[in-house]
Amino acid sequence: MFTRRITLALALGLAVAAPAARAQAPSGKVTVVTSFSKDVTDPIKKAFEKAVPGVILEVQNRNTNAGVKYIEETRANNQVDLFWASAPDAFEVLKGKKLLAAYKPRATGIPARIGSYPINDPDGFYFGFAASGYGIMWNERYAKANKLPEPKDWQDLAKPAFHDHVSIASPARSGTTHLTVETILQGEGWEKGWRTLKEMAGNFRSITERSFGVPEAVNSGQVGVGIVIDFFAFSAQASGFPVKFVYPTVTTVVPANVGIVANPPNGAAAEAFIEFLLSPAGQEVLLEPGIRRLPVNPAVYAKAGADYPNPFTDPRFQKMIGFDVDKSEARTAVVDTLFDQLISFQLEALKGVTKTLHEVDAALAKKPNAQARALADEARALIAASPVTEAQASSPELRAAFTGGKEKGARQAEVEAQWASFARDSYAKAKAKAEEALKAAK
Amino acid sequence: MTAVPTTPSRARAFSATPGQIALALAIAAFLLVFLVLPVATVIYVAFTEKGTSTFTLVNFHDFVRSELFMRSLWNSFYVSAMSVAFASVLALPLAYLTTRFAFRGAAIVQTLGFLPLIMPPFVGAVAMQLFFGRNGSINLLLDDWLGVKIDFMEGLNGVIFVQSVHYFPFILVNLSAALRNIDRAMEEAAQNLGSSGFRLFRRIVFPLALPGYLAGASLVFVKVFDDLATPLLLNVKDMLAPQAYLRVTSIGIADPMGYVISVVLIIASVLAMWLSALALRGRDYATTQRGGGGLARRVMRPHEAVLGYGVVILILALVLAPHLALLLLSFATIWSFSPLPDAYTLAHYGRVFGESSLYIKNTLIYAMLAGGIDIVLGVAIAYLVLRTRLVGREWLDWMATAALAVPGVVLGIGYLRTFYGITLPDGTPLAALWITIVLALAIRRLPYALRACHAALQQISVSLEEAAENLGATKARTVRRIVVPLMTGGILAGFVTSFATAAVELSATLMLVQSNSDAPLAYGLYVFMQSAAGRGPGAALGVVAVLLVAACTYLSHLIVERSQKAKGSGHRP
Repeated sequence: MFTRRITLALALGLAVAAPAARAQAPSGKVTVVTSFSKDVTDPIKKAFEKAVPGVILEVQNRNTNAGVKYIEETRANNQVDLFWASAPDAFEVLKGKKLLAAYKPRATGIPARIGSYPINDPDGFYFGFAASGYGIMWNERYAKANKLPEPKDWQDLAKPAFHDHVSIASPARSGTTHLTVETILQGEGWEKGWRTLKEMAGNFRSITERSFGVPEAVNSGQVGVGIVIDFFAFSAQASGFPVKFVYPTVTTVVPANVGIVANPPNGAAAEAFIEFLLSPAGQEVLLEPGIRRLPVNPAVYAKAGADYPNPFTDPRFQKMIGFDVDKSEARTAVVDTLFDQLISFQLEALKGVTKTLHEVDAALAKKPNAQARALADEARALIAASPVTEAQASSPELRAAFTGGKEKGARQAEVEAQWASFARDSYAKAKAKAEEALKAAK
Repeated sequence: MTAVPTTPSRARAFSATPGQIALALAIAAFLLVFLVLPVATVIYVAFTEKGTSTFTLVNFHDFVRSELFMRSLWNSFYVSAMSVAFASVLALPLAYLTTRFAFRGAAIVQTLGFLPLIMPPFVGAVAMQLFFGRNGSINLLLDDWLGVKIDFMEGLNGVIFVQSVHYFPFILVNLSAALRNIDRAMEEAAQNLGSSGFRLFRRIVFPLALPGYLAGASLVFVKVFDDLATPLLLNVKDMLAPQAYLRVTSIGIADPMGYVISVVLIIASVLAMWLSALALRGRDYATTQRGGGGLARRVMRPHEAVLGYGVVILILALVLAPHLALLLLSFATIWSFSPLPDAYTLAHYGRVFGESSLYIKNTLIYAMLAGGIDIVLGVAIAYLVLRTRLVGREWLDWMATAALAVPGVVLGIGYLRTFYGITLPDGTPLAALWITIVLALAIRRLPYALRACHAALQQISVSLEEAAENLGATKARTVRRIVVPLMTGGILAGFVTSFATAAVELSATLMLVQSNSDAPLAYGLYVFMQSAAGRGPGAALGVVAVLLVAACTYLSHLIVERSQKAKGSGHRP
């Protein structure tokens, strides 16, 4: 009870800056493990330490996966107060392992949902503080030199013009890309979603192993088009890079989160940090050019420029699909591994057959040929096929192969080998069909 | 596995003393606690059956049956072997010209030739892409002028290119140290017998320097085999080390396969080292003559000089292009899809100026301590392996070498698992102290120093020590007064390699850094390189790191040169 009262006083103290509350204000060092870059953490650290004097924010920068592993490995003698990262999945993992402490933020003015996504964890273990959407980013100089049209939707990236110009991070490695893939699968449905993904993938230039690898390659002009989370593009624009960004029709906004680690060494200061992030002062920091994230407090947008995307008023965001977190959570490992086995590790074969199909299309545009068309469609169907149905993807049997759980069952390596040979066979058959089609079309 | 053919009488003379046994046990204990144990806590799952935790080899069966893994294994072997070949082409002329001839600026060439090894993580990759990438400066210009593009950085060939440029200094450093150790009397004898030119090099100089060359070449092979950063930066995933890394660091994958691959990597690395030792078996590389202080330095004729400098400049231009790109990047405002940056600024250095002093201090402390630990261990292990008949002494060598193949993340997680539970009196975990970072760095870089020390000792004849002992010196005194001074070049080469690479190491550090005040440069770099606005400051910090290591390297080369001169002064004509 007593600590509750302190927190309450603290929250009030923050809100009205009452000097009386300072007597019981949190103090000392508060440690946060985060995947956010210095450009994000530095201004927030500065503003936070100014708003809550006496507290020092110690930032430990780790990528999301390393951060989760770190907290897991050090649980016996935890020295970390907060976990602060984008991907809700990472928080789900921590929550599932009982590595997060429940808390109820006192900040007001934050709605329950952004788009159709709940801002806070319904169980109260982590809290959204900034929203992000997924979309397509491209380098204007590169696009001009290579005569690329402006992409508007995922399907555009499957067009011949984009062959060998698109980059994405591996969903198994990047929490944000995983959400993009899952958004497409949920928005278009399992079968059609995989078809879209593989048709896009046939044009991939590269599949990077970290999220920032994609915007980095687009910024420097090594790759023309990247599938990224919006703030990568916004902050690149703010730094002056010649890049543009668009939200496709099938996308979603998802909050970036913060949560208190179980048994925090400095719980009071950890709570103070969360309250600060969610307060208007903390939300306004997000508008800085180097950060450029979408605040979750609608009132803060009044301080943003007119061209700043506002998910609470912009009709594009209202149309965005609802994202089913539980569904995503249930099949995370299966979706990521499917992506790797069907796409990442078979990229050469997939690109090869896609290129032939692009040539068939070009030939058919000049001289229609029903037989070639039919063969090309057969090839496309072969490529699109998935070795796993939607129901199987979230089935307990398949999940067990990836959890390393206590029960005996199929090993992950066995499942992977099956999928890999499925992909190899289908792409080889598709290649034969596509070549046949090309011969017929010419 | 030693290459010193010891006659039976010598073997008896060099049986182990109690002091040697104690030393061997101490080193074994150190390696067990800081390498074997932490790694074992992580990779034991490779040998357990899913669900039951009983011992099994079924996971290795899965590995062999997987087309992807076998393709990766073959690719890794191919890339490593080709990289050794290309790295040798780059290193041989530099090492030969700077040690064999009176070459103006030899120390500078040696320093510059060493720089490629210090490619700061992330930012180095970006700089290299900006120069050699598909839309890098060179290809944009080629496309403009000739309408062609060259795939420097595509696929396996790209990996071979980047790895050779990156790791050839291993050969350069070790080969140069070995060449310096060859007495000129050997050469003079050959010359008197009518040998000269390339034949002299092929028949006398190179064979005598073979331990140094093989030390470097085996390091290149194993390092390329185990390196994950370069393939991943080039988006090549079907190699073994990236496969292990991708699995070990993915959320929710508690699968043993990543650890199975780690075990395969470790076995392959030890095997490669064992093979390189086998190649030297049965031959004696030791020379008793030390007075000459290295090869006779020939003065080049004018046309030779032109050719020599031309080759050196050409090679340096190629291998230093990434650093030039890094320098440009650190001054660039925006550099995107253009041969050169749009404009230049000093602002990035201003931004890193404040914090870099802390990073520099930490980096210097960590890397120097790690390098120091490495040469002490390296000399000790090399001595035990080459000069004693202790049972199982090769295991020390193999154990230390295996560190090369342990992915940094695995070691990092292992350290957290092993040492986080141990707390100091005030409750801070042992793993939270910065000394843990030093130990991790020392373990990871130990193979470099060890190979250099091993090669250096191989070139010293046992009879020098026997002479000292016959004159009444104790074993310890012999080591201190005879062995270590004669090994100086090799030891310094080992220190510099360990120090320089430890200064830019990231993967284990990233797991172990507990607070910004303990962070080394590489960590600061990583933090910057996660955002568009951080690219310039990150590059500036990278330049600082390179300059720092270069200054230290140059200094140590001056020391080597001076000691060579001091040794050789009495014999100069």
